[in-house]
Amino acid sequence: MNDIMKFDNELSIEKSRPSKRGLHFNCPACQTNIPASHLRKNEPKLPELSEFDAVRHFTRLSKYNFSVDTHFYPLGSCTMKYNPRINEEVSALEGFTSLHPMAMDENAQGTLEIIYDAQERLCRLCGMDDATLWPVAGAHGEYTGILLAKKYFSVRGEERDEIIVPDSAHGTNPATASMAGFKTVNLQSNAQGLLDLENLRKSLNPKTAVIMMTVPNTLGIFEKNIKAICDMAHQNGTLVYMDGANLNALIGIIKPGDFGIDMMHLNLHKTFSTPHGGGGPGAGGILVKKILSPYLPKPKVEKKDGKYFLSDDIPHSIGRIKAHFGNTQVLLRAYAYLLKHGPEEFAQIAENAILNANYVKASLEKIFPPYSSQYCMHECVLTPPEELLKNGIRTLDIAKRLLDYGFHAPTIYFPLIVHEAIMIEPTETESKETLDAFIAAMKKIKEEADKDPEILKNAPHTMPVKRLDEVLAARQPNIKW
Amino acid sequence: MYISNTEQEKKEMLEKIGVSSFAEIISCVPREFLNPEVNLPKALSEIEISKRMRELSGKNRRILSFVGAGVYDRYTPAAMKAILSRGEFLTAYTPYQPEASQGILQTIYEYQSSMCALYEMDCSNASMYDGSTSFAEAVKACLRISGKKKILYSAGINPRYIETAKTYLAEDKQYIFEEIPLKDGITDIKSLSEKADGETACFLVSNPNYLGIIEDIESLNKAAKEKGILTVCSADPFALGALKTPGYCGFDFAVGEGQSLGLPMSYGGPYLGIFTCKKEHVRQMPGRICGMTKDKDGKRGFVLTLQAREQHIRRDKAASNICSNQALCALGAAIYCALLGPKGLKEACMINNSLAVKASIELSKIKGAKLKYSKPFFNEFVLDLPVRSLELRRKVSEKFSIDPGLDLGHLGKEFENSLLICLTENKNESDIENLKKAIEACI
Repeated sequence: MNDIMKFDNELSIEKSRPSKRGLHFNCPACQTNIPASHLRKNEPKLPELSEFDAVRHFTRLSKYNFSVDTHFYPLGSCTMKYNPRINEEVSALEGFTSLHPMAMDENAQGTLEIIYDAQERLCRLCGMDDATLWPVAGAHGEYTGILLAKKYFSVRGEERDEIIVPDSAHGTNPATASMAGFKTVNLQSNAQGLLDLENLRKSLNPKTAVIMMTVPNTLGIFEKNIKAICDMAHQNGTLVYMDGANLNALIGIIKPGDFGIDMMHLNLHKTFSTPHGGGGPGAGGILVKKILSPYLPKPKVEKKDGKYFLSDDIPHSIGRIKAHFGNTQVLLRAYAYLLKHGPEEFAQIAENAILNANYVKASLEKIFPPYSSQYCMHECVLTPPEELLKNGIRTLDIAKRLLDYGFHAPTIYFPLIVHEAIMIEPTETESKETLDAFIAAMKKIKEEADKDPEILKNAPHTMPVKRLDEVLAARQPNIKW
Repeated sequence: MYISNTEQEKKEMLEKIGVSSFAEIISCVPREFLNPEVNLPKALSEIEISKRMRELSGKNRRILSFVGAGVYDRYTPAAMKAILSRGEFLTAYTPYQPEASQGILQTIYEYQSSMCALYEMDCSNASMYDGSTSFAEAVKACLRISGKKKILYSAGINPRYIETAKTYLAEDKQYIFEEIPLKDGITDIKSLSEKADGETACFLVSNPNYLGIIEDIESLNKAAKEKGILTVCSADPFALGALKTPGYCGFDFAVGEGQSLGLPMSYGGPYLGIFTCKKEHVRQMPGRICGMTKDKDGKRGFVLTLQAREQHIRRDKAASNICSNQALCALGAAIYCALLGPKGLKEACMINNSLAVKASIELSKIKGAKLKYSKPFFNEFVLDLPVRSLELRRKVSEKFSIDPGLDLGHLGKEFENSLLICLTENKNESDIENLKKAIEACI
């Protein structure tokens, strides 16, 4: 990564020189009304750089990263697919970006139309009835969804305070449940990594508000009993929430609404191709069945006589989940992606995502035993061979060595129920050629581990830094200059 | 479509998998759910998308807007746009493998440092969703730390922030929100001293407040601290280029809407929640934190740290469910701070303030118009008009393509004729002149 330039990790503040400036203004005659007592006493310690200094500083830093544009990034459950450039271009049109969130509806018709149409298309794709695109992240969507359930039961006068979460779930699921004031009931998966119906039956009780399901689950396996699970929940008066993180496996070929789920969140930055930005911004969004419509956050985008408007008239709404509408510029990107795909094209996404994951699994399973022998959906969970573990090699070492081969590591140590998990999600946008190169690297790493395990234990060797001391970082926190 | 495999390659892959068709792979899915009809229009080409989106963007009316109220029409420096569009930043993800993400991690560290510098606070996290959710999380942190149930808030806080905080508390009846009224446009400090008691968890205030006026946050914090309660200040980071800081005044938590640091308004997002706190509360901080450390050879490097607070480790015991959120926006803020520096930011603040002062003088000359308050403001102010502000706003917008400011009727009857008018560095004196003429023509 750093072969073309010397690694430079000097901070911008260390490059700072008094009186340098990157941006100048033409000042009107200064006429302030702020008394000295309201002014800050000390100048903030911000860098003083020329524009060129700043551009070079940040451009250099951009080079010290793996990204989808530069590297294969098979991070499981994160759907690191290609981010089409047309999305960037159209979402940056000034007509969209200069719009104030409290602009009057009549001045915001273009954006409102897009939000409205995006909601409708997403509902159709997923077999759901209604939507809100306010949430700005998966976790924000989850929270919104669980608040919907809370409101639903409170309006019905039912006191339910438990949420069932399978042990294979993303950490956000139990965190969301407890953030909304629910008790989390952990449900153990069976040996195949699936939900155990008998176990579920025992856990369901009159206090159970919601069961949170990830479909396909985090092992990349489709819950074949999903219909029975939903039916069982509904018989108990329990709502079914679907974590939509893995929707890429279903898109265009399976509608989650058909199994009987009541609500789901979307990660538009995963399935719908918006860039991950080094850790956001993404966009959440919640799709619901009719029964939950009355509780959606306000305001809602409505249409009447060909005009779009924000409506606050939702008496049972859970309220406002953010001061202003969601991550609109991210939604615009997702909308461009929705336009780019019709029913057939969507089906191709799921098919190729699943094909790619199974190809990687089939090519590596003799060396890296998969957690489950059955065909996977869009991602597969492998484990290091026993003999490597005996030699003191851990998944972490394999992950670090992959960096040396120019591949971002898969998700590791998740799901928690798999010992030393390696979770690989290639996505549909990667070519067989890239997958073959990755497979070859994994095989080579196994050989290296057999011959000279130290290579792995000391990896990475070619990054700007060697393995970093996380314990030191936590013990003596240094989090600012 | 953005799929790379050719038909031939797909065939080879199926062979390797050991199946004759794709259908075999997904045989675990009950057939009744497979390949349903999807009622969607057919796909558009890239050219068609480009045209369609341009057409839709044209349906948003491009008008000269004086609306602020927490979201500001800021200039985005060209260099900031250029850096943010680099694929190496844009298409990376959360730095789970720090050795392969040193660039992003260092920018987070620089962002945290810049926010601590602006707010004069000890610690900043790597970002939150936006100002309102950051505010809500600060309230939750205060409730966790104090174990108490009463929340005192200044009536000068953006009402949408209070609504969001209430939603975040899931309408839990055990928590009591109590408002401290305004007096002459600023928080009534006497009322704060009276209402703060042994049951109170925290006091919340905003600076500048929703009406644009600069609060005496130092005295307010002192009054709250005398009662031993936690304090949260929601402050505009841009304004802190000039204004007295929450950290200097001794606040426990300081949050803010980072959109103000050069990010586009984009009808609601993506924005940036700034979240800072005193050192002693760092373990109650939600979200990600980046820290400096060393590699095996002793070389400086950066990692995500103090993760024991977070959902992927603590699951249902986590401080919040938040995980990845607005990293690219935080990078934008860091770049903005680096481009302007302390002097540029102060200058920009003074331009905002000067233009607002100028506008307030000019617009008060309109017959029947009058400034509602006489207190110093930052870059927006309340103007009382002889007509209902909502109708005036509609009229001015329709006839002159100017949005003259936010109608404040939602604050109560005494605001039905009030407009909240905002000036930023993107406006100039002739814009003020045009606004004045437009309002005059419509009343």
